[in-house]
Amino acid sequence: MTDAAPSPQTRFRRSFLAPTATFAVLLALGGILDRTANGYTQLIFLFMFVNMILALSLNLVNGFTGQFSLGHAGFMAVGAYVSGYLSVLTMGVGARLMFLPQPFEFLNFPIFAVAGGLAAAAAGYLVGLPSLRLRGDYLAIVTLGFGEIIRVVLLNTKAVGGARGMPGVPAPGELVVGDYVFSPFFMNYLWAAFWLTTTFFVLWRLVRSTHGRGFQSVREDEIAAEAMGVNTTKMKVQAFVISSFFAGLAGAVFASATKYLNPSTFQFTKSVDAIIMVVLGGMGSLTGSVIAAIIVTMLPEFVLRPLQEYTGVDLRMVIYSLLLIIFMISRPQGIFGKAEVTDLFKRLTKARGKDGRTSA
Amino acid sequence: MAEPLLDARGVTMRFGGLKAVDDFNLVLGAGELVGLIGPNGAGKTTCFNMLTGVYKPTSGAITIAGQPTAGLKPHQISRLGMTRTFQNIRLFKEMTVLENVLIAAHQHTEYGMAAAVLKTPAFFSEEDALAAKATDLLRIFSLDAKAGWEAGSLPYGEQRKLEIIRALATEPKLILLDEPAAGMNHRETEGLMETIAKIRKDFSLTVLLIEHDMKLVMGICERILVLDHGVTIAMGTPEQIKRDPKVIAAYLGTDAHA
Repeated sequence: MTDAAPSPQTRFRRSFLAPTATFAVLLALGGILDRTANGYTQLIFLFMFVNMILALSLNLVNGFTGQFSLGHAGFMAVGAYVSGYLSVLTMGVGARLMFLPQPFEFLNFPIFAVAGGLAAAAAGYLVGLPSLRLRGDYLAIVTLGFGEIIRVVLLNTKAVGGARGMPGVPAPGELVVGDYVFSPFFMNYLWAAFWLTTTFFVLWRLVRSTHGRGFQSVREDEIAAEAMGVNTTKMKVQAFVISSFFAGLAGAVFASATKYLNPSTFQFTKSVDAIIMVVLGGMGSLTGSVIAAIIVTMLPEFVLRPLQEYTGVDLRMVIYSLLLIIFMISRPQGIFGKAEVTDLFKRLTKARGKDGRTSA
Repeated sequence: MAEPLLDARGVTMRFGGLKAVDDFNLVLGAGELVGLIGPNGAGKTTCFNMLTGVYKPTSGAITIAGQPTAGLKPHQISRLGMTRTFQNIRLFKEMTVLENVLIAAHQHTEYGMAAAVLKTPAFFSEEDALAAKATDLLRIFSLDAKAGWEAGSLPYGEQRKLEIIRALATEPKLILLDEPAAGMNHRETEGLMETIAKIRKDFSLTVLLIEHDMKLVMGICERILVLDHGVTIAMGTPEQIKRDPKVIAAYLGTDAHA
């Protein structure tokens, strides 16, 4: 069929190509937005990245590992508050601590974001270890409860503002190249795009490795997986911790994009939003989650809102709900099911072959 | 003296008031091919579930290669070198045929998550080696051409065969086959039995085989254990079993029932 495969070294070097290209394309889009779009549109794009990261991370647990987590907003909140708090402490108005001075100030935020992610991962471990022995509905209830606990704890913690919230979360540190100072939006965008690219490729590669096959075997049949020597409990906890880490990253990006954190942002409905995106895109389809996040973020803003302004009636939630209902009836497996966008390309090129036969 | 590969002593399973398996004893030496037969509901699969750790026996002790299995999880027992197939096929249906086999090699895979995420040369080398090994195994039942199929889309007989291949990929010393020929016609069954005998030789395996069809078991097993209502009613060579009045009664019914 194909010629001899290139050596592992060559493939290793080539593996940097796709992430780098993705990041470069995203940055170019950011440059355009920075110059042409208004602040509101810019913010919507940042939220879109947050949603993408959130949906991708949840897909690992709900889609690939087959566990049902309903508390993802909680992990996002942990990441948001940890990263936000560290940012306020070091870069906020009247900050008394300095972390990295210029010209390295721009690295403050990614370090804080990782700290937020790790805190969320730790929370994920604490919740996951006891509760992942439960199945289905029970796991959903425990994770739901956990998400609420996080929110209530934040609501009652004075250090982070309690119910009043935490205002003045600064934008990521400045990046100065020569005389040029990148705008706060572009810095937010840069890191959002960076974390999105990271999240996507880490998960994409993970699910295509022996570890990811382990996760999927848990989804497919736990008893068979155990009989094949797969430690299903370990798999579930790993998936949960990794997923929580990326949810924490989403939170960190969210915190510096909105500049203001409030516990009520991370209510149960936020977790449901994440689930909607995962289900809409397809459980077990990473590109599906990305596309669903685009739809869920952009549809209300750029289609439904103008429609409301035109008709004068607020039909947004009605149309939104109707669309979801119609969708779930006509295509319950989501837009892509378990397939990826790349599979569609493969199928198209195969269909153009001589006999048009595709396997399975 | 060599340690027995499997040693089950006085293993009993109660479900509430029901004794599903009572005082089950079985010693398997390396390389044996032993049949476990009995009428429907005799407790054959329950025995498998206890041996593999899916059920915790109410009483009794099981050791595998000298290791007591009490308190071990099924995956830990599997890693001692004993694996199984399932009566009601339990493939990873929405994954490909190849992936099904690769999952069984999961425990032997060495690269870490970081290597997978960075796609290091070591990751590629090991994945290639795993895929090559898996493809070799698939060749046993000529399933290599269907490596990219979704496992659930295979015809029934091939799903059973894939289960055996998947079990082999864990590199077991002892394999438990739960009605591998169920649903196959006579000719397919004969072919399967030949393959099982061949695999056993090639991989120097010990096999414990549950089968419904007496004739079939008689053909290839060296020893046969007969269960009825959870009680071991006979144990011996096929010749002995054929003539055992208790076995005949269990399968054909006693005069009183007839």
